[in-house]
Amino acid sequence: MSAEMTMEAHAHHPPGMIEGLPPFVVPAKKMAMWLFIIADAATFAGCLVAYGFLRNGTPNWPRPFESMTNAALMTFILLTSSLTMLMGVRAAKASDRSGAFRWTMITMVLGIVFAALHIREWLELIHRGMTLSSNPWGSPHFGAAFFSITGLHLLHVSGGVIALLIVGLGYNAGHRNAEDMEVTGLYWHFVDLVWMFVVPFVYLLNMAR
Amino acid sequence: MDAPDVNPHGAAAKYTDTPGKYYVIYACVLVLAGLQFFIATLHLDTSAMFARMLLVAIVEAGLAVMFFMHLWAEKRGWFIFVVVFTVFVMLAMQYGWTDSKRMENGAPYTQPKAGVIQQ
Repeated sequence: MSAEMTMEAHAHHPPGMIEGLPPFVVPAKKMAMWLFIIADAATFAGCLVAYGFLRNGTPNWPRPFESMTNAALMTFILLTSSLTMLMGVRAAKASDRSGAFRWTMITMVLGIVFAALHIREWLELIHRGMTLSSNPWGSPHFGAAFFSITGLHLLHVSGGVIALLIVGLGYNAGHRNAEDMEVTGLYWHFVDLVWMFVVPFVYLLNMAR
Repeated sequence: MDAPDVNPHGAAAKYTDTPGKYYVIYACVLVLAGLQFFIATLHLDTSAMFARMLLVAIVEAGLAVMFFMHLWAEKRGWFIFVVVFTVFVMLAMQYGWTDSKRMENGAPYTQPKAGVIQQ
């Protein structure tokens, strides 16, 4: 389609109804991130369903968590990091480079603290005898299920921390724009959202009778 | 709450909300997360606790998607696509639960019976 035809079509049709515009009139980067998030949500949902399937079908499912303090602290940190990310994107949209950079770096630090707490918890469980294929408490499937789900989430957090560093520094230097910040923010909120399901199903259900 | 700012033809989410709105949503999400921990202390049976946890998690995630991720402020067509597609995929994954119940109850072909050699 020539440029003249495209312009004419734009003048007579609502956006999104003609060739030449991105589907749903959503910017390409944002659409790509949303599609990734949908696919990744299916991945995590698959993992959680598999976890529930195993748990439901195993009478002696281990309950190794004596305290929920660490899980509560990790939840608070991750939820707070979503707020700081939101403030960072808002600052970027308002062309406030220093504000956006500051909030993004705060978010990154919170992500690092979350990852450190998570790794500490892992090391404690490993020290108590839990591996991918065995544990002292019950079904050997627990280790594989727990490490797979929390490991996949930790991998996402680690990737998010790296992305925040790259995009934050790039935005501060003028190499990245507000849309890059927004797309990175979407990813970070998604990581937070997944944790909202991991905590109740993997940790808190241990408290059930 | 204001009328939805979903715009069928205008620009996408602009992130022009006041910080106060973000603080309110953050507080709501924190309270819901706290509610999950409170429910855990009630020591309900597994299925009752699971149902309550799932309900709270869905509300919590809904707030995050709509306001933290600004899906509420995106184009109507995109909003509908994301919601319908995601919900359909999530629901389609739930077909295996009946089989996990079958495993739990041990019938048929799941638990070894005395004197029967399993292949």
